[in-house]
Amino acid sequence: MQTAVNHPPAASLLGYRARVASRAVAAIGGGYALAAASAAAGAVGFQAFGMARVDATMTATMLAFVVYAIAAMWAFGCATALRAWLGIALPAGTLALIAWVLAPGAAA
Amino acid sequence: MRVDGKPEGLRQSMSWLHTWSGLLLGWLLYAVFFTGTLSFFRNEITDWMRPELHQSVPDAGTAQRGLDAMQAIAPKATTWTLSLPNERQTAIEASWREPGAATGRAGTLRTTLDAGTGEQLQPRETRGGSFLYRFHFELYAMPRIWGRWIVGFATMLMLVAIISGVITHKKIFSDFFTFRPRKGQRSWLDAHNATAVLALPFHLVITFSGLVLLMNMLMPWGVQTAYNGDSNAYFSELRGNRQAQPGAANANGPREGGRASRQANADADADANTPVVMAAVGPMMDAALQQWPAHGVGSITVNAPGTARATVELREGGGSSLVNRGTASTLLFDGVTGEPRQAPEAAAISWPRATSNVVSSLHLGRFAEPLVRWLLFLSGVVGTIMAATGMVIWVVKRLPERRKLGRTPYGHRLVEVLNVGAIAGLSVATASFFWFNRLLPAELLGRSDWEIRGFFTVWALCLLHPMLRPHRQAWREQMLVATVLFALLPVLNGLSGGASLLQTVAHGQWSIAGFDLMMLALAALHGWVLWWLARSKPTATPAARKTAAPAKPAASDAGLLAPHAAGAAVMEQQP
Repeated sequence: MQTAVNHPPAASLLGYRARVASRAVAAIGGGYALAAASAAAGAVGFQAFGMARVDATMTATMLAFVVYAIAAMWAFGCATALRAWLGIALPAGTLALIAWVLAPGAAA
Repeated sequence: MRVDGKPEGLRQSMSWLHTWSGLLLGWLLYAVFFTGTLSFFRNEITDWMRPELHQSVPDAGTAQRGLDAMQAIAPKATTWTLSLPNERQTAIEASWREPGAATGRAGTLRTTLDAGTGEQLQPRETRGGSFLYRFHFELYAMPRIWGRWIVGFATMLMLVAIISGVITHKKIFSDFFTFRPRKGQRSWLDAHNATAVLALPFHLVITFSGLVLLMNMLMPWGVQTAYNGDSNAYFSELRGNRQAQPGAANANGPREGGRASRQANADADADANTPVVMAAVGPMMDAALQQWPAHGVGSITVNAPGTARATVELREGGGSSLVNRGTASTLLFDGVTGEPRQAPEAAAISWPRATSNVVSSLHLGRFAEPLVRWLLFLSGVVGTIMAATGMVIWVVKRLPERRKLGRTPYGHRLVEVLNVGAIAGLSVATASFFWFNRLLPAELLGRSDWEIRGFFTVWALCLLHPMLRPHRQAWREQMLVATVLFALLPVLNGLSGGASLLQTVAHGQWSIAGFDLMMLALAALHGWVLWWLARSKPTATPAARKTAAPAKPAASDAGLLAPHAAGAAVMEQQP
């Protein structure tokens, strides 16, 4: 629980705030996109493993909240803002692709 | 995150995340936790807030009396539903549907019957405990969908705060057994950790299940994808492939639709039948009591009353099945002969649905026996204290920084004001809500709205008040007001038409007695904080004063929670 008490110059403070803002957008917006993609992919993907449609959908939706929480922590936990963005965007893109391919009536 | 941009360890970054996710929506989450905790006793609160019902005392003849009353009130109805008195409800809540009534809630008529006489009661208009319950997940004075999104987002942050908090505290269990009183910041941290760990499973479950309850609104993308956006089909499959009901796709889930279809069928059947005399309900009640000795009968539903097709369905009090959304078991009887009939079998349930049902039933306390309900309530209280101590820590932690600066930064002052207004102020506002319930004239037009306006007005004043007063002073004054208001509520109850504590205990009316006792407990809790505030020494240590000699009064007086000399020394050694 360390907080910097000393006050850095204004420019670095501005940069700091920009980095926090960037990660916050990654956590909130990106995290939601990732969670939504995981809900969508899970809802169709779990069916491939023999789950009933309604159960697959419900399981994926409940898991999506766990995904969101992990994504938010990832966004603030990893070393650089760039890595934070990549770690959210890549899996989100992959899951969205899976959802798109498997969605009923979408790709066929 | 560090200002200088240097990399930091996982625990440090999680600590940062814990602090900020906790603070940013902390006040809202505090209010959600506080009102949600009271909502475990929503029925009791509503009963207390309608003193016109307090004289209703049930006995063995109550069920028959209720049905006779319905025969007089609504002889043509297609269904009657009587919710019988129990330890959480003192009068009979009756509802019925006239032939051709609109589906769903709109077509349902309601009244309240005295359990001892069967007379219709005219309780004052109040939202009662439902106001606190609704506020805790959809706020107020905005479209309910917005409120639910805001609360849903805050809940998401709460989940993040819990998990990052666990990561931050590597010594989570030894922390739990550590309490160092009267050591300033240390003590606050210890209290925060202890309350957090004590009810950690509760916090996780209540937060996650809160999200699950709102999941069809917050996270509709699974349904969108797997069902091509046809959420009705999803809810229909959720109910076990019965036919889809339009209008079932609301955030409450699939419950309304099934009820509507049953009632629609009953509507069609009733018209074709001629009046007949109904069987007495007494033997059915006896049969049900043998089946359910612990809970007894919770409610009676009569379909097609007064016709040859009449059926009487008795439902067990206090749903016992955790897996099936607290669904109670039922017994079905022929309404004319009184003979038992075979009730339809409930469908088997898959494990994902069972999981979802278990978490939502837990959140709603649906199944809960009184003991479990009290445990849930106490966990809620512990969670509320955890949220409050967390926000206070933010201020206490920054006292050294403030002393160094010699002034109070604007942001610190803002957090202080919001802490007083949100934490102490909500207690004052809630107590006032109950006072308004009794002080506003019973026949006032739109009085339930005035009760709520009173609540928000008092809360707004409690947010203004700490801006005008020194921090510590503001805490003490609001705590004093809350203590007095809570402590006098049982007295007010007896003086303003309600049944007094002596009477309710004697009659075993626990819904009303329980409320009065809870108010006394709340008064004791607030009184303890007040006593503690008066006892602990204000402001900084002499050493700290020396370094911050030109400190303005506002800065030094800000030490609501400023440590004792010994505590400050410890704190400075371990920054």
